[in-house]
Amino acid sequence: MKYRLTLGDALFNLFLYTFMIVVGIVTIYPFLNLLAISFNDSLDTVRGGIYLWPRMFTWNNYLQIFLYNDLLVAFKNSVLRTLIGTALGVFSGAMLAYVLSRQDFIARKPASLFFVLTLYFSGGMIPVYMLIRDLGLINSFWVYILPNVVNVWNVFVIRSYMDGLPISLQESARLDGANDWTIFYRIILPLCKPVLATIGLFVAVGQWNSWFDTFLYNSTNSDLTTLQYELMKILSNTQAGASNQARLSDPSLSNQVSPESIRASITMVATVPILLVYPFLQRYFVKGLTLGAVKS
Amino acid sequence: METVPSSVSSAAPSTRKRPLWKTVFAQRYLFLMSIPFVIWVFVFNYLPLWGWTMAFQNFKPGRSFAEQDWVGLANFIAIFQEPHFYLVLRNTLAMSLLGLIAGYTVPVLFAILLNEIRFAFFKKTIQTVSYLPHFVSWVVAAGIVTKMLAVDGIVNELLVQLNILDKPVQFMAKGEWFWGIVTLSDLWKEMGWNSIIFLAAITGIDPELYEAAKVDGAGRFRRMWHVTLPGIRPTMMVMLILSIGWLTSIGFEKQYLLGNVLVQDYSEVLDLYVLNYGIGMGRFSFGTAVGIVNSLVAITLLLVSNGIFKRVTKESVI
Repeated sequence: MKYRLTLGDALFNLFLYTFMIVVGIVTIYPFLNLLAISFNDSLDTVRGGIYLWPRMFTWNNYLQIFLYNDLLVAFKNSVLRTLIGTALGVFSGAMLAYVLSRQDFIARKPASLFFVLTLYFSGGMIPVYMLIRDLGLINSFWVYILPNVVNVWNVFVIRSYMDGLPISLQESARLDGANDWTIFYRIILPLCKPVLATIGLFVAVGQWNSWFDTFLYNSTNSDLTTLQYELMKILSNTQAGASNQARLSDPSLSNQVSPESIRASITMVATVPILLVYPFLQRYFVKGLTLGAVKS
Repeated sequence: METVPSSVSSAAPSTRKRPLWKTVFAQRYLFLMSIPFVIWVFVFNYLPLWGWTMAFQNFKPGRSFAEQDWVGLANFIAIFQEPHFYLVLRNTLAMSLLGLIAGYTVPVLFAILLNEIRFAFFKKTIQTVSYLPHFVSWVVAAGIVTKMLAVDGIVNELLVQLNILDKPVQFMAKGEWFWGIVTLSDLWKEMGWNSIIFLAAITGIDPELYEAAKVDGAGRFRRMWHVTLPGIRPTMMVMLILSIGWLTSIGFEKQYLLGNVLVQDYSEVLDLYVLNYGIGMGRFSFGTAVGIVNSLVAITLLLVSNGIFKRVTKESVI
């Protein structure tokens, strides 16, 4: 790796490292800034000048948002939909992927086509809305779970991982008298941990971050609200506030803490759980993503 | 739900001499493990297609299907007579194409540059940091963009202190800036994530190629140009195909969350139009028709991009 450093190389390195540091700062600064604001006294924040560190440290913003009942409910719903949705999504994805990975399954081709086709069309917002309404899922927690049980894209990623497993494992199990369900549950599922971790992360992030289904189907029922939807309401209220129209949705809350502090602390509550998880799954999802691209 | 049994019989001749019912019985667990999902996908993905009939009716909720008035193409004609529709169409096209171009080229460049970094720890850190925004919701991202670009936000503060601006600019209130802001926000959120695939491809390039190029006297740029780029060409092709395919789903989250009354002439896209007119005002038939037009626009975009792609590379996407 020895080579003489020419002037061009030196300039390029200068540019390269400066550019990367700028990218790093632009990406991370907003989060650190919001973190600082969320721990800073609300009245003091309004004066401005908070960058990376709180000037007047306080827990009060977090205390206030958790005293606000809607937000506790929202937090509970977000956690529930993430847990149930991920467990169900990963398990059914793996099960379907296993069936479609079996070369000897007689309905494999038509079944694969049946699922692949759904990647190319969608009924559109209103027909789906009408369907959800006719199924009685409006104003129901299950609207967060049921439409998302099967994600065809994920199924195909898992399947291409299963295609790479040695077939001899299944054959010897079959000689031992195991049925297809046992083979799936006892042999294939444990071997698929890396890809299931990746898909699990994707599903969990999707569930945790979703706000539009709450907005569209459950916005009139505050018992079914989610964290992202509450954050979205606060955001659009403060945005409207910029054109001098609306205030915060709950007046009692806005008396104690400014919208900016509330927004910062809710953003942190909505962001931190994911940030704690993703760096540890990094090597898995890099693999999972590559798998998905090769597949298509 | 007749799909599976009927298709089974058509696939049967290809299997061995064993009678069909015996094969089906032998594979009963596989059927049990997949039929629930066939039903599931039929209900949630195929049934809504039936709703497209609403576009040809004057749909009134509460009436049965037989009682609806059929109006032919009246809803579609109404769309094309609405001047506002053309504005929305323009915004959709503009933001789709900007998103495709920037969202595709920048991650490639980022991956190539990242690959040039020699310090493994620094590289790893930048990588991990750059994935971060992908995992936050658009609600959080839009909140961040709004805050950073606010009149008292950090961007204005920096630009004023560097004497680039005399006084702070209301970025979020300027319609003509909206497309740019959406495209940049998208880059901020997804650049690192979308570069993962390209980085993985670069890692797969044989190091001897670089050595050989070095021996031949190729400088850094020549090596990037003649080794790295051709090395990831297959991946770039696949990703371009995928990105063009994704044109069909530009979404509306960013536009909804970043937009406001002041910029709506530039922020409203077809999906938002469906939301506002269809669900917001209860004009279900009109909204469904707009949704169908949206799908047609997406397919046209796909065909046009494919045409350009074919002319340039002599390869076809579809």
